[in-house]
Amino acid sequence: MAEQAPLAVFTGSPLLYILIPLLPFLGFLINGLLNRRLSGTVAGLIGSATVLGSFLISVYLFTTFQYPYVVHLFDWISVGSLSIPFAYQIDQLSLIMLLLVTGVGFLIHVYSIGYMHHDENVGKFFAFLNLFVFSMLVLVMGANFVILFIGWEGVGLCSYLLIGFWNQNTNYNNAAKKAFIINRIGDLGFLLGIFLIYFTFDSVQYGEVFQKASQMQIGAGVVTAITLLLFVGAMGKSAQLPLYTWLPDAMAGPTPVSALIHAATMVTAGIYMVLRSNVLYTLSPDTLEVVAWIGAITALFAATIGIAQNDIKKVLAYSTVSQLGYMFLALGVMGYSSSLFHVLTHAFFKALMFLGAGSVIHAMSNEQDIRRMGGLRKALPITFLTFLIGCLAISGIPPFSGFFSKDEILAHAYEHNKVLWGIGLLTAFLTAFYMFRLLFLTFFGEFRGTEEQKHHLHESPASMTLPLIILAILAAVGGFMNATLFLGKGYLADFLAPLFNYSRQLSPEAFGAEIDHATEYMLIGFSVAAGVLGIVLAYVLYVARRSRPAEENQPRGFFENLVYNKYYVDELYNALFVRPSMFLSRGLHDGVEKRVVDGSVNGLGRLVMGSSQLLRNLQTGRVETYLLLMVIGIVVVLALNFIHF
Amino acid sequence: MEQTIPEVIRTIPLQHYIFFASALFAIGVLGVLTRRNAIIIFMCVELMLNAVNVLLAAFSAYRADPNGQVFVFFIMAVAAAEVAVGLGIIVMIYRNIQNTDVNLLDRLKW
Repeated sequence: MAEQAPLAVFTGSPLLYILIPLLPFLGFLINGLLNRRLSGTVAGLIGSATVLGSFLISVYLFTTFQYPYVVHLFDWISVGSLSIPFAYQIDQLSLIMLLLVTGVGFLIHVYSIGYMHHDENVGKFFAFLNLFVFSMLVLVMGANFVILFIGWEGVGLCSYLLIGFWNQNTNYNNAAKKAFIINRIGDLGFLLGIFLIYFTFDSVQYGEVFQKASQMQIGAGVVTAITLLLFVGAMGKSAQLPLYTWLPDAMAGPTPVSALIHAATMVTAGIYMVLRSNVLYTLSPDTLEVVAWIGAITALFAATIGIAQNDIKKVLAYSTVSQLGYMFLALGVMGYSSSLFHVLTHAFFKALMFLGAGSVIHAMSNEQDIRRMGGLRKALPITFLTFLIGCLAISGIPPFSGFFSKDEILAHAYEHNKVLWGIGLLTAFLTAFYMFRLLFLTFFGEFRGTEEQKHHLHESPASMTLPLIILAILAAVGGFMNATLFLGKGYLADFLAPLFNYSRQLSPEAFGAEIDHATEYMLIGFSVAAGVLGIVLAYVLYVARRSRPAEENQPRGFFENLVYNKYYVDELYNALFVRPSMFLSRGLHDGVEKRVVDGSVNGLGRLVMGSSQLLRNLQTGRVETYLLLMVIGIVVVLALNFIHF
Repeated sequence: MEQTIPEVIRTIPLQHYIFFASALFAIGVLGVLTRRNAIIIFMCVELMLNAVNVLLAAFSAYRADPNGQVFVFFIMAVAAAEVAVGLGIIVMIYRNIQNTDVNLLDRLKW
């Protein structure tokens, strides 16, 4: 591969590029400022229309795209040798992400019109949702790490606001705070990574940093440090071990939020960031190893938890954590384009399943426990069908989209390390099992809810089913954009190839290797078998044998109990971090704050009060006293006058 | 300069005026300090004011400089205005508390 030319600079009018993030921001302003004055439907239409606008512009940019370029908007920070322009980078990666964010975002906005119909704060909801889309667009369009960080923090804020959207509920607020705080831990690593990048490369702009990095030797220590720090940020944002605990709790937010932010877009920001800096990661095989292992372990770990959860959204949440682990596994074994491929397909089928779950919850009058569901197939046919497609896709059944992306990741893992492949395969089996467990318990068998709920069961309105159908189509056929197996050619991989030029230059062997067909078919056989086995097992257990998850008070076996309680990780974190820091804060509060700080401040107050108590005796309120004092004053002044002069 | 001072004025030495004015002023101050009736206090203020006027007029005459006497006229005009305002205030005080004792006016005291 020849030396890559530096990024072209766009010279035309930047209006179109500004509009992409600005439209949702406008929607945020309108919905936010006119919050209560707009009816819910109008707010929803405004919110959806702005995102649709961004989507259309993104499609236009995508169809006219020829080569990557930077759109320079203005010089933002310029101090000494530090120069950070506010610029957007339009290349293969940002375009794909733009399409994903605005496309899926638009569908979820439309869905929200129906889903949030009964809520009294619809305006606020759409304002936050639009603000999120704005931040996410800034994140993926930025041409340097600082703008990426702005978007990064912006989406974190919106995530916090939306998890705690129903802020009358203390548990929801706590979940929001948890998400925010755990993300802060990751952000600290990310920020330090950016500092180190600036320190090392004397720039934070992608073009410059990556060009300079491509001249370095593989295994440079400083790059390992940078990539590890950046990865800490990605662990927080993309919910990897050990910073994943916030994501399942984040399900406290309204379901469209879970679909958009905590499944399809925001949580993939970590993967986007690693992909963006793929040169740096290629330079550091040690970091890649860490990324791959953390990804694989997270995938397996979260999948095992998912088996025993009874909250429909919790299952999906752990499934998301697990799938994100898959994506990091792909990154770690240098299957960069496979990772983005899985981001896309996952966005389709996971958004679909969350929205389907939302539709179920909507029909069940806010019941989320799958032990109270069952037999919903007849009442919610569209939801059932679309959900089934989502489940097939995530289980890796051909020809649905998840099959292709998962298969690619497993193939990359197999080339790299057989153990990682084994973990991936086991995860694929577990994934298929818990997804179909969810499907069978929800849609098959007898209805187990109350009479009132049964009476109320209904299919969701068109504004909700239409996005479901579109997403179901995407989840079904989305895999063909990179179906090397069927089409002999990966459109997505070819399109993305220029992104990894530097990486390919540095480590050609990682990209060159072609798996021979026999191995490929064997791998496909294994992964499909794992998926089918999971489905069959779920069918036997939950349809044929009609077994039901244990109720709260029923006894559980040791392992079942462990998994049901999520390995007690939350309790562990509580004991290790939350309690000690609470203890410390309480100590500081009672000791330092109350005694020292309050003591000195109150003491000062008391001092002033005491001295003024003395002084105010002078103020008798009698005119004579004042006059006398005045005369005495005059006499003293005169006397002084005579003494001195 | 000395020639321009009329004989009739010179028969009384300047010191007498000063003593007289000082006495008048001291009486005024004492009155203000000791009396409680607002009207008397007010009159005592006027006494002080007039003590100053006398002194001004005397110095003016002895120095044959009419500026001082012009100044006295101004002071008298201002004093007249002040009396009008002051008496008005006292009338209002009387209407409110049926009294003019300044010691009763201690509401602003803590």
